[in-house]
Amino acid sequence: MSTRPFQLDHLEAPLHKALLDYRRRRIVSFDVPGHKQGRTTPELTEFLGEKCLSVDVNSMAMLDNLIHPVSVIKEAEALAADAFGAAAAFFIVNGTSAAVQAMIMASLNPGEKIIMPRNVHRSAINALILARAVPVYVNPGLDRELGIPLGMAYEDVEAAILANPDAKAVLINNPTYYGVCPDVRRLADLAHAHGLRLLVDEAHGTHFYFSDALPVAGMDGGADMCAVSLHKTGGSLTQSSLLLIGGNVIGDAGYVRQIINLTQTTSASYLLMSSLDLARKNLALHGSEIFPRVIQYADYARSEVNQIGGYYAFSSERADGNAFFAFDETKLSVHTRSIGLSGMEVYERLRDEYDIQVEFGDLGNFLAILSIGDRAVGIERLLAALSEIYRLNKRDPAGLLANEYIEPHVALTPAEAFYAKAVQLPLKACLGRISTEFVMCYPPGIPILAPGELVTEAALDYIYYAKSIGSNMTGTEDLAVEKLFVVT
Amino acid sequence: MKKELWFNEYHTDDVCFSFRVTEQVFTGRSEFQQVEIFDTPEFGRVLVLDGIIMCTEKDEFIYHDMIVHVPLAVHPAVQNVLLIGGGDGGALRELCRYDTIESIEMVEIDAMVVEASKKYLPTIAVSFDDPRVHLMIADGLRYVRRKEQAYDLIIVDSTDPFGPGESLFTKEFYGNCYKALKDNGILVNQHESPFYGQEAREARLTHRRMKSVFEVSRVYQAHIPTYPSGHWLFGFSSKGLDPIRDFKPEAWNARGLSTEYYNTDVHAGAFMLPTYVRTLIGEDTV
Repeated sequence: MSTRPFQLDHLEAPLHKALLDYRRRRIVSFDVPGHKQGRTTPELTEFLGEKCLSVDVNSMAMLDNLIHPVSVIKEAEALAADAFGAAAAFFIVNGTSAAVQAMIMASLNPGEKIIMPRNVHRSAINALILARAVPVYVNPGLDRELGIPLGMAYEDVEAAILANPDAKAVLINNPTYYGVCPDVRRLADLAHAHGLRLLVDEAHGTHFYFSDALPVAGMDGGADMCAVSLHKTGGSLTQSSLLLIGGNVIGDAGYVRQIINLTQTTSASYLLMSSLDLARKNLALHGSEIFPRVIQYADYARSEVNQIGGYYAFSSERADGNAFFAFDETKLSVHTRSIGLSGMEVYERLRDEYDIQVEFGDLGNFLAILSIGDRAVGIERLLAALSEIYRLNKRDPAGLLANEYIEPHVALTPAEAFYAKAVQLPLKACLGRISTEFVMCYPPGIPILAPGELVTEAALDYIYYAKSIGSNMTGTEDLAVEKLFVVT
Repeated sequence: MKKELWFNEYHTDDVCFSFRVTEQVFTGRSEFQQVEIFDTPEFGRVLVLDGIIMCTEKDEFIYHDMIVHVPLAVHPAVQNVLLIGGGDGGALRELCRYDTIESIEMVEIDAMVVEASKKYLPTIAVSFDDPRVHLMIADGLRYVRRKEQAYDLIIVDSTDPFGPGESLFTKEFYGNCYKALKDNGILVNQHESPFYGQEAREARLTHRRMKSVFEVSRVYQAHIPTYPSGHWLFGFSSKGLDPIRDFKPEAWNARGLSTEYYNTDVHAGAFMLPTYVRTLIGEDTV
C-alpha cells in the first residue's frame, strides 16, 4: 500500500552505484567471466550492447556476494525489504520458482504437511519433492460462469487445517494467474491461530505493494513469507525475484538464507541483481502514481471491450467476499465463451492475424497483462483487433466445455513417487496406477496429475479432451504425452 | 566557407537527402512528435515531422492530387468522407473542391500539426474553415472502431508506420475501416515506397493486409521528388468498386477541376505497375 511509510531513502540504489564505480575504475580482470567485458564474443557484445556486458561480472569485494551479503547487496536487500514492508528481503536470481521453493523448504521438514490450493504453480509441487513434504490440496473454488479457478474459500482452508492438525503451513496465490485474490488478512489470522505459517505465491502481485487501489499485498496482510516476481509486473529483468519474510519469522532469516543457498547459483548475475535494485527504486518512488494509471488503462479497455458485444471483460464485480475476495484490476481478463470462441482461439488469432501477444488463453478466457510500459496505441490495437475477431469469427457458443476441477487423489508423497521404481505405459493402461510425473495442461497451468497421484478416469478424460482441443500439454518425459510413468 | 544551413533526411542508413534551409519558421515538440517548418530556396515551405519530410510547397500537389482525385473519379457520388491524418490540410483542400461532398470528418492525432500548418502553410491549410469540415483531434484507430456503414470514402493520409502512424498500418485498422465503409465505399491510403528496404517491406506487408480484408485491393503510384526514392505508392481498396473497371473519366472531366498532376490518363497509367513493384507486392499477373 502506498500509504505505508518508508524508513529508508529510496533515491539510493547501492548495487547500481557499486557497478557504476566498478565500471569507472576500468579494472583489469583476470577472473571470470571469461568473456572479459564481452571482448571474446564480439557478436554477443554487438547484440546486447557494451554497457550490458561491461557489468556482467563476478562477485568481488566491491560488489559483495549474494551467498553471504555484507555490503552493497545487503544494503540493496534492506531497501527492498523497506519498500515492500517486509522484515527482510532476499534477492533471488533463479526465478520466482526458486523463491517459492525456498519458502516451502524453509517452513517444512521432511514428511510434514502443507495446505495448498490445487491451482498452485508447478514450482510449489516441485518444492514438495525437494522438501519431501506432504501436500493437502484444497479445491480453490470455481466461478461457474467464467470457468476460472478461484483463491480458496475461508471455510475450505479451515476444514483442511482442522482435518490436518499436524500441518505446518498454508500456501496461497495472491493473485492467481487470472487476477483473483483470496482474503489474505483472514487467512493469515486463521493460519496463525492454528500455529501455521502463511506462505504467499505473489508471482503476479508485485504491484500490490505500491498502491492502495489494489488488493492487499501478502506482507501487508500479515503473511509470513512471500515470493514476489518483480520481473512480472515490477520492471526488473526476467528471472529476477524477491523472497520477503515478515516479522514473525525474522528469527529464521539466517536459516532462510541457508535454504536459498542450497539451490541458488553461486555466480549470481549482476545484471539481474542490479535490475532488482533499480526496479525497487522506481517502484518505491513512482509506484503510487504508476499503478492507478495502469488501472485506468485497464478500466478503459474493459469498458470498451464490453461495448464490442459478446465479450465479457470482468473485474471486481465478480468478487464474492470469500474465494474471490478481490480482483487485480490491472489485469484485463476477458471471457470469450459467449461469442462461441475459446480463449485459446482468440489468443491465437490475436497472435497470428494481428501480431498481438497476450499472456494466455484457456477454454473460456484470455488474459492481457497491462503494465507501466503500455502505450495507448497498443491498447487501441488490441481493442480494434478484438472488434474484428468479433465481427469476423464469432460463432454459436454451443459445444464449448468449461474448466472443471479434477479432484486429486494423493496416494504417495510427491517425493516418494518421484523416486519410486516406475514403468512407462500408454495413458490408457495407467488407469488406477500412481503417476510419478506431472501432467499439466497449459493454460491454465493447473496440474491434472502430480507425482504420487492416482490416475483416475476423470484425469484421463481431461487429458484426452485437452489434447483434442490443442492445449499445450507438458510435464511428462514423453513429449507427445501419450505415455506416462507410473509406480511399478 | 559559406555560412549555410542544410537539412538532411536519411532515406536509409547509407543514403541522405539534403536541401538548403534559409529559415526555420516553426519548431515545437508535441505529445507525439517533433514538428518543424522550414523556408527553403528550392522547395518553398517544408513541413517536417520527426525529421521526415511530410510535404513541401513545391511538390505537395502530386501527393494530394493522387490521394483525393483517384477515388473520386471512380465513385463520383461520394458524400461522406473520413480523412485520417492529413494535418497539413492538403488532402482537405482537394476534397473541398468537390461540391457534391457533404461532410468531411477529419481525425488528426496531433493538434500541433494542424495549428502550425494553419499558421505557416498558407497555400496548403486553406480549407479548415469550410463548413463541411469537422475536425477532431483524436486517435484514428480509436475513432473508426466505433463506426459502421458510415462513409463513402476513407482517406488515410498518415506518417510512416514507424511513429505515431503505426496503428494506421495494421490489419485491425483496415478491418475497422471496412466495417465503417458503406457497401460501395473506398479506402485510399498512403502506401510507402517500393524502392528502399524498410519502406518496401512495409509496402508489401500493407498490401498483404489490405488484400486479407477487402474484396478489391490495388496499388497505384506517383512520382514525388521529395519522398525517399521519389517513387511512391498508394493503396486503393474497396468492397467492390474497381479503380479501372468502374473508372468514370467523363464524369470527372465534366466537373472541370483544374489539376497540375492528376488527369484521367494519369489515373489509368498509375495502376500500371513496373515489374519489380508487381513482384514486391505479389501481384505478378495484374
